[in-house]
Amino acid sequence: MAELVAYIVAGLATGAIYALAAIGFTLVWQTSQTINFAQGEYVMLPAILILAAVAFLGLPVWAAAILGAALFVVVFGLGFKLAVVDPMIRHGVLPLAIATMALAIIMKESAKDFFSSEAQTFPSPFPAGAVDVLGVSLSLQHIAIIAVAFVAIGALQWFVTATRTGRQMQATAQNPGVALILGIPVARMVMLTFAINAGLAVLASVLISPIYLAKFSNGDVIGLFAFIAAIVGGFNQVRGALAGGLIVGVVDSLAAAYISSSYRLAVPLVLLVVIILVKPEGLFGRREERRV
Amino acid sequence: MTTMSRARVLALGAALALTAAMPGSAQERVKLINVVELSGAGATAGTQWRNGIDLAVADINARGGILGRQIDIVHYDTQTNPGNTRAAVQRAIDEGTYSVLGPVFSGPIGASMQIAQRAEIAQIVGGEAAGLTRQGNQFLFRTSLSQAAAMPKLATYLKDTVKASRIAVVWVNNDFGKGGRDAMLPELQRRGIQVALDVSTEQGQADFTADAIRIRNANVDAVFVYLNEDESARFLLAARQQNVNKPMIGETTLLGARVIQLAGEAANGARGHVGLSIDAPVPAFQDFGRRYQARFNIASDHNGLKGYMAVHMIKWATERMGRFDRKGVADTLRGATITPQMEPGILITTKIEANGDLDRESFLAEVENGQQVIKATLPMINP
Repeated sequence: MAELVAYIVAGLATGAIYALAAIGFTLVWQTSQTINFAQGEYVMLPAILILAAVAFLGLPVWAAAILGAALFVVVFGLGFKLAVVDPMIRHGVLPLAIATMALAIIMKESAKDFFSSEAQTFPSPFPAGAVDVLGVSLSLQHIAIIAVAFVAIGALQWFVTATRTGRQMQATAQNPGVALILGIPVARMVMLTFAINAGLAVLASVLISPIYLAKFSNGDVIGLFAFIAAIVGGFNQVRGALAGGLIVGVVDSLAAAYISSSYRLAVPLVLLVVIILVKPEGLFGRREERRV
Repeated sequence: MTTMSRARVLALGAALALTAAMPGSAQERVKLINVVELSGAGATAGTQWRNGIDLAVADINARGGILGRQIDIVHYDTQTNPGNTRAAVQRAIDEGTYSVLGPVFSGPIGASMQIAQRAEIAQIVGGEAAGLTRQGNQFLFRTSLSQAAAMPKLATYLKDTVKASRIAVVWVNNDFGKGGRDAMLPELQRRGIQVALDVSTEQGQADFTADAIRIRNANVDAVFVYLNEDESARFLLAARQQNVNKPMIGETTLLGARVIQLAGEAANGARGHVGLSIDAPVPAFQDFGRRYQARFNIASDHNGLKGYMAVHMIKWATERMGRFDRKGVADTLRGATITPQMEPGILITTKIEANGDLDRESFLAEVENGQQVIKATLPMINP
């Protein structure tokens, strides 16, 4: 039993990181009706930028983290909206989705060519080691990751539901035309959504890179699992993305423990297929109807 | 007019002859192409191998080249993809490489070695999988000990020094990992060591938490870790996070400089057998390590040493023949014993078996305070 609890906590930790990335999927989906296929690379790149700031500018890690995060939010949050989404969205969803695929390749190859193709150590903000909780040995790092991710997601939920700006964001996501008539600055709200997505990606990157090591190819796995999480939970609900991330993380951990690490990737994919067949809107998603 | 033309022709001929005689001219160069993992799962190992080659080429060229010819080195990135490796080896041969250098990962080597064999060109590789040299390929040469040579030493170490009777085996499910596991299991069985937990992992696996928890809860005396560089570091980090307090035993990769650098404090206490190390009590290794560090601002692991030796194997064979002969390189290397007196760049006495395997001294080591510390030197198997 103690072993099972340890696997579940480990799964929740990685699942919380997938959830951060999956929420980014849902935010972008709600505001621009497209899927950001570069979401995995969004989680990979901030860690590389922070390490680059340490290596090339000689900054201490904390200063590099602030600079890297700010740079990322400006370039890949706001810049992404202005340079990729705005010019492409008028041509429909498909060109934009393809553009994000291209962006993913550019981000990945740039990280490889301009920084390093090798894995790099990324400092953990949390202490190493484990702590005994009711007879279960739990990693301090995992407990901290779960706590930080939940605080971040809770803060986002509070912002979206309890503040004026958050409600304007919701209105924009639900019906931008009506929101505009009501005097909501729709363009600014959309921009804010992209900035939040980039901020969540920075947080996910800082949390996961000490475990995965910072490497240009990290986005492959993270992007896939976050995508699965968003579909499993429901692409149009933040709480769905949260639940989906946690479910995928736990399923992955249990699969690695009780089936095999070699087949662990297949199990979330099976889960994805089942969800698509049984409840295509996701476990917590709502049905959407579109006029075509 | 006729006289002028004749004079011009004579002048042109003289200029051409003079150009050909000048050291370092275009006609006096030899092309070597390195086909290696510079991205993908093998990037860490491949980058070290490439750096070692670059250092060797710089050294050799500074000393006048091979038989007076400067080396032109070209690196092709295989992206750790067997298909790309095959294409790159074919391209290297089509572009007239003197010998093929690389790759390092055993899977891509297995997928591409027949191409160099068909072209009758020596291929000097960094792979360790035992099966590579059991296929009768007369043109394939290792730069490291084969798993078949290393695993008996390690099994004896587990039995006599670690005094383990039940162990967990963590291995990467690729040609390297599977070959190592398959070579190790009979050796363990022969020594009465039981494999209580057999953990297969994936190449490029990022999260080893579940594997570490399984091992922590298993009733074993030690853990034999046989993973590639990045995965070794990730596993050690996960094991530390999960308080796995069992001895971590590995073969060369686990104790490599890059793994120690990536895993940090989590690498402390890891021990086992290493084929090549810049920390070994061999002055030539240590000198290489210092020069590598100075040039690349990073410590060399065994792959850096292997790349350096690979180029010097080709140099030695060519100078031994006294001429440039592609096929002759393989014929000369097979069965040869190269000493540092014969070729200083070989760094340590190296015996090349008829099948392309190597035999040389190796070392038992342990990671202490973030440094690999050599504890003992093991002799050659068949000196």
